[in-house]
Amino acid sequence: MSTAPGVASPSRAGSLRDLRRIAAFTARRLVALFLTVMVGVYLTIVIANMGGEVDELRKLQIRSTVAEQVRADPAFADMPAEERNELIQRRVQQQIERRRLDEPFILRSIDYLQQAAVLDLGRAEEMHSDRGSREVYRIIVERLPATLLLFGTANLLVFFVSVFAALRLSRHYGSISDRAVIALAPSSAAPGWFYGIFLILIFAFIVPVLPAGGMVDVPPPDGAWAYAVSVLRHMVLPVAAMFISSIFISIYSWRTFFLIHSSEDYVEMARAKGLPAGMIERRYILRPTLSPIITSFALMLIGLWSGAIILEQVFNWPGLGTLLFQAIGHRDTPVIIGSVVIFAYLLALTVFLLDILYAILDPRVRVGIEGDNQ
Amino acid sequence: MRRWLEGLRELRRYPSAIGGLALIVFLIAVSVYTVIAIPYSQALELWRGGEAWRMHPVNAGPVWVDRLLGGDKPDTTVVRSEDAETRSAAFDGGRQVRIPLSFDYPHDDFPSEINLFLETRDTEREAFVRLRWQTPDGDIIPLGGRRVAREDRISISQNQTLEGRLGMPPHVGLFARSTDAGQPVPDNGRYRLIIDAILFGEDASLEADLVVYGRVHGIAGTDHQRRDLMVALLWGTPVALAFGLLAAVGTTVTTLVIAATGVWFGGLVDATIQRLTEVNIILPVLPVLVMVGTLYSTNIWLMLGVVIALGIFSAGIKMYRAMLLPIRQAPYIEAARAYGAGNARIILRYMIPRILPVLIPTFVTLIPTYVFLEASLAVLGLGDPVLPTWGKVLNDAQTQSALYNGFYYWVIAPALLLMLTGLGFAMFGFALDRVFNPRLRTQ
Repeated sequence: MSTAPGVASPSRAGSLRDLRRIAAFTARRLVALFLTVMVGVYLTIVIANMGGEVDELRKLQIRSTVAEQVRADPAFADMPAEERNELIQRRVQQQIERRRLDEPFILRSIDYLQQAAVLDLGRAEEMHSDRGSREVYRIIVERLPATLLLFGTANLLVFFVSVFAALRLSRHYGSISDRAVIALAPSSAAPGWFYGIFLILIFAFIVPVLPAGGMVDVPPPDGAWAYAVSVLRHMVLPVAAMFISSIFISIYSWRTFFLIHSSEDYVEMARAKGLPAGMIERRYILRPTLSPIITSFALMLIGLWSGAIILEQVFNWPGLGTLLFQAIGHRDTPVIIGSVVIFAYLLALTVFLLDILYAILDPRVRVGIEGDNQ
Repeated sequence: MRRWLEGLRELRRYPSAIGGLALIVFLIAVSVYTVIAIPYSQALELWRGGEAWRMHPVNAGPVWVDRLLGGDKPDTTVVRSEDAETRSAAFDGGRQVRIPLSFDYPHDDFPSEINLFLETRDTEREAFVRLRWQTPDGDIIPLGGRRVAREDRISISQNQTLEGRLGMPPHVGLFARSTDAGQPVPDNGRYRLIIDAILFGEDASLEADLVVYGRVHGIAGTDHQRRDLMVALLWGTPVALAFGLLAAVGTTVTTLVIAATGVWFGGLVDATIQRLTEVNIILPVLPVLVMVGTLYSTNIWLMLGVVIALGIFSAGIKMYRAMLLPIRQAPYIEAARAYGAGNARIILRYMIPRILPVLIPTFVTLIPTYVFLEASLAVLGLGDPVLPTWGKVLNDAQTQSALYNGFYYWVIAPALLLMLTGLGFAMFGFALDRVFNPRLRTQ
């Protein structure tokens, strides 16, 4: 393992070559990830329709709804039973054809895949967006900013706080704060929503200083500032819940990681040269370990996307998780499948962004040596 | 074997290992006790709710919490007619019966509800019952009369006319001291419900159970369906442990075998496994579980199967692969090949055991993850439909707005048990990690 010189390549040709290599790498990763996502989405579709059971259920549902409608309609009240049954049959057939339930699944699944690839997620059965649209895509996109705001804030906070705290701790190995972090690390066995319940109990009910849930006050305050303050107040508890649930394990693992790396020979060498501690940290510990840090950040992000669902549910945060929860309540299959697809895309996007970061940070990608980074 | 024993001996030096192990042993003991004391079928039957719980109060808190806080909330009193001095007189074609049900009421808070359960036997027609309430001062409050079916329930606290007459709910008004104004205060002393019944039949008999429901119940309290939460808290333990353990074993073992297979065969097999892993990382676990739960069934064992299936090609494969790659070239594997060991034998007997010690801590810390995953699903309303679990208690509490209504015990008890499970395995796992992972010991 060589130390990376990190800064500044003097020649223009060199940086151009770097750029080209990064572009090629990015393109390759993009194609690979796209194929991966397609396989993942196809698997989702297959799981969602396994054995055609769901189709049968939906046909039954259509039949009962249509029969109910026809019976309740006074216009058909004095129709002979036979004729009416025929009418019901015809309408059911129409509905089935409209939803294309009469085609073989293989054909439809490929069709679904095509639609999912261009994010055409179909129409919801029961739900609609706040603006009244029944397009699953619109329903989901409307909720996305709320999720991004909450989880972006919490993740970045956890990431930066833990890396810097870990750097400090690795310098003071065995100190009281170091041991406290080790002792507290097991607290991360519980997910964020779990701490959320306690935080709500304490700060919203026993000492009512913060709102128990939601994203803004009802009714929303006028003016951008008041609105932002209200959102911030609502964010405190969920962010705190996520922070508590992952901060100690995060610090703990970084600390171990930095400890291992700060005993490398080249770090000892730098120390022996008498370089200042700050410079050793930046140039000799942080820089070469940056790519594994990014990788684990990616894995953390991926893990947190799932945790989002319940945390949002507990805090009544109007994001993707709550949406999925509501979709479960309504048994709205297109929305559920759509959410899974969107989650898959989000995960892929996370992986992709981090791949690019990786390419920029890892000199081995730039100089064209593609080792197995894992 | 030597190495394991040494490791275990070293574990004793870590207080967190001892603490974690103690918690795990405690949970296992609770599980064993539960499975023996409340058999599986009985637990399901109980948790279905209904008549079995009719003598229990609704949303009563734990007794000990109230007593610790210096409260004196009433617990449930059941007065049975078997113990009462019944007087009866026969008349032509029937019998007239008087049952005085008396009980002491020493508490300084009102009961939550009053019900009278009646059962008549060998009657030709519906019996007629008239009720009177006698307070410690000797005042008599008539509660009206009505016909009763063979098995009947008279909800005294739901009696609207009585409520109108008393000016407050009957279970308050009947116990209130006759003060002029302000908050009603319960009168302590001996109360009596006098039942006068006319039964039609020579051998007709009447059994009456007066239930004065309290505001506290047992160690764990009750929920909105009168069910004793203790059943769910106890049964949640073996379910959580079994789910966590099976899921952790299922995912680690399959992942490990697949990683080792990929490393050993290399080439196309390895590449396929790598690509599958990448696809699997993209699949969001919880949403897929939610989808399966919504579309198929929320049976806990099906969920377990899906969790394991999704965990097979998890990100762990990459880590194991990195650990196994150098082992593939090790001389002892070469030796095994030389004596003619087959592929399966090399993978299972030579490669996997080599990295097992490093994996044990990961495995232990994985267990609580799955315990919480099960709870998460239950909190989302996708818990097993029949099994009582901690997550389902939390879900019930949430749908009934337990925190808003001040039923803190309903949330805290299952949450605390989840926390103990999480802490127990995590503490033990972290200590194991430090003992078995030489990487960390060098510093």
